[in-house]
Amino acid sequence: MEYSELKAFAREVRVNIVNSIASIGSGHIGGSLSIVEVLTLLYKKHMNIDPRNPRMAGRDRLVCSKGHAGPAVYAVLAEMGYFDKSELLTLNQNGTRLPSHCDMNKTPGIDMTAGSLGQGLSCAVGIAIGARQKKDGARCYCIIGDGESQEGQIWEAALFAAKMKLDNLIVFTDYNKQQLDGPTAEINPLDPLPDKWKAFGWNVYNVKDGNDLQELDAAIIAAKANVGKPSMIIMNTVKGKGICFVENNKGGCHSMSISCEQKECAINEIRGAIC
Amino acid sequence: MLVEKLMKDVFVDFIRENLQKDERIMIIDADLAKCIGSYPLEKEFPDRALNVGISEQNMASVAAGLASYGFIPFITSFGPFATRRICDQIMISICYARQNVKIVGTDPGISAELNGGTHMALEDIGVLRSIPHIVIYEPTDNVEFAAMLPQIRDHVGPVYIRMFRKCPPPVYKEDEKGFDLFKAKVYKEGKDVSLIASGLMVSTAIEAAGLLEKEGISAEVIVCPTIKPIDAATVIASAKKTRAVVTCENHNVMGALRSAVAEVLSEECPTVLQSVGVKEQFGEVGKINYLRKVFHMEAADIVAAAKKAITQKI
Repeated sequence: MEYSELKAFAREVRVNIVNSIASIGSGHIGGSLSIVEVLTLLYKKHMNIDPRNPRMAGRDRLVCSKGHAGPAVYAVLAEMGYFDKSELLTLNQNGTRLPSHCDMNKTPGIDMTAGSLGQGLSCAVGIAIGARQKKDGARCYCIIGDGESQEGQIWEAALFAAKMKLDNLIVFTDYNKQQLDGPTAEINPLDPLPDKWKAFGWNVYNVKDGNDLQELDAAIIAAKANVGKPSMIIMNTVKGKGICFVENNKGGCHSMSISCEQKECAINEIRGAIC
Repeated sequence: MLVEKLMKDVFVDFIRENLQKDERIMIIDADLAKCIGSYPLEKEFPDRALNVGISEQNMASVAAGLASYGFIPFITSFGPFATRRICDQIMISICYARQNVKIVGTDPGISAELNGGTHMALEDIGVLRSIPHIVIYEPTDNVEFAAMLPQIRDHVGPVYIRMFRKCPPPVYKEDEKGFDLFKAKVYKEGKDVSLIASGLMVSTAIEAAGLLEKEGISAEVIVCPTIKPIDAATVIASAKKTRAVVTCENHNVMGALRSAVAEVLSEECPTVLQSVGVKEQFGEVGKINYLRKVFHMEAADIVAAAKKAITQKI
């Protein structure tokens, strides 16, 4: 698959995110926009899935442990055909199947419920063990937040996944360096993050630009070939990536309001990037 | 003989048998496998008997991930660490995500004895009871436990098992039948007062009923191993008959059996209610008979509570 095609897909995903969040007026836009590239690569290129059969046995799983990035996952699922794109406009509306945080019992294509930070990585470890036990060849992918990495449970899971030698587990840290209350470096620093994961016995890739499809793709390809260890791909991303006024809001874009005017402006900017 | 076994051995034997015959069964320990008796299973079934080390939060969420893959994991630890320490993981990863995980918390209440207050779960049921759809079960004795374990395995959904580890006082004969995970059992019929008991306090309530009988008071003994969902029909039927109820539990009286019974009675059949259990105290180190005295959990305390309830009858 050409990167130009993946780029076009990523653009539409960003438009979907903006449309869905603007339809309810506010939402977790920053951390949704920062993971568009990894979701694009996973769903369009790497994952063994069937949108017509979301519960297909032996499929690869994604756990979005930073569950507040639900709008990004829904944007991709709709684009993949798991449900109609018009449903994206029901995000967080009364009775919706698309709640702000991922819910496996509500949304076709969501493999694990998340929202209370720190838990999804352990769930992904369980899934990876299950897949190995069933010998169905499935991989489990998991996306954690940088702020989320301040949770102790992340490191409990890190120890155990290494013990279990889960080479069918590939985890991404969305290292956008912003969290709700401010820069992670000020709130509770994580650096040197790659060294920490290496010390925990993981195979680590430090992707300098986690919003660059090619660079990220190379890391995923390498991680998939890795044997005997779980893989951590640290994605140095930009929170709010692709929309200036969201990016400039830094930590404030964790959750922010999007007006109709801002929506138009944002979509123009996203689409304009192709010109 | 079941009645002579340690309760933990009843559990481990059941898990071993099911690991052999059912590919879905898994057990996960958190560095207490040697205490709980499941340690040999890690050698016998290395792929499905796991040890996460001292990381109970991870254990709960790993189990949820396994359950999402079709496995039926039993996770184990001492009661306080299997419940209050990982309440949010039980809530979100397991219950909210609707995952079929069985949680085994051992050494309920004062049975933690010499491990003392830090290990003495007196609030574990209260912590979990407000989580929707979780089943909370406290075995009465080995005969009942052995009959309930297959039902727990077959129930699709989270179950908390509040398991005694040692040899419990026998309540039922080996050939007793008719155990239903969702039903309380009328152990002894009576007409003056209902003693509704769970866990370790069942044998104490039976003893108290005998003492009351000598004083001409007819006590009905209801064994209520499943605290959630409470068997409201049995509670109401007994309360209607005797018009005086005493709950007997090895737990803080807030949040568990007394609360569940009080909720049923106040809404459906307002009845005088007294309670025996731990009242606004933390646990402490001690042998079980000493702790029964400290927390007023002896047969004499049930007798006194029963008499008080009878005098309060409307």
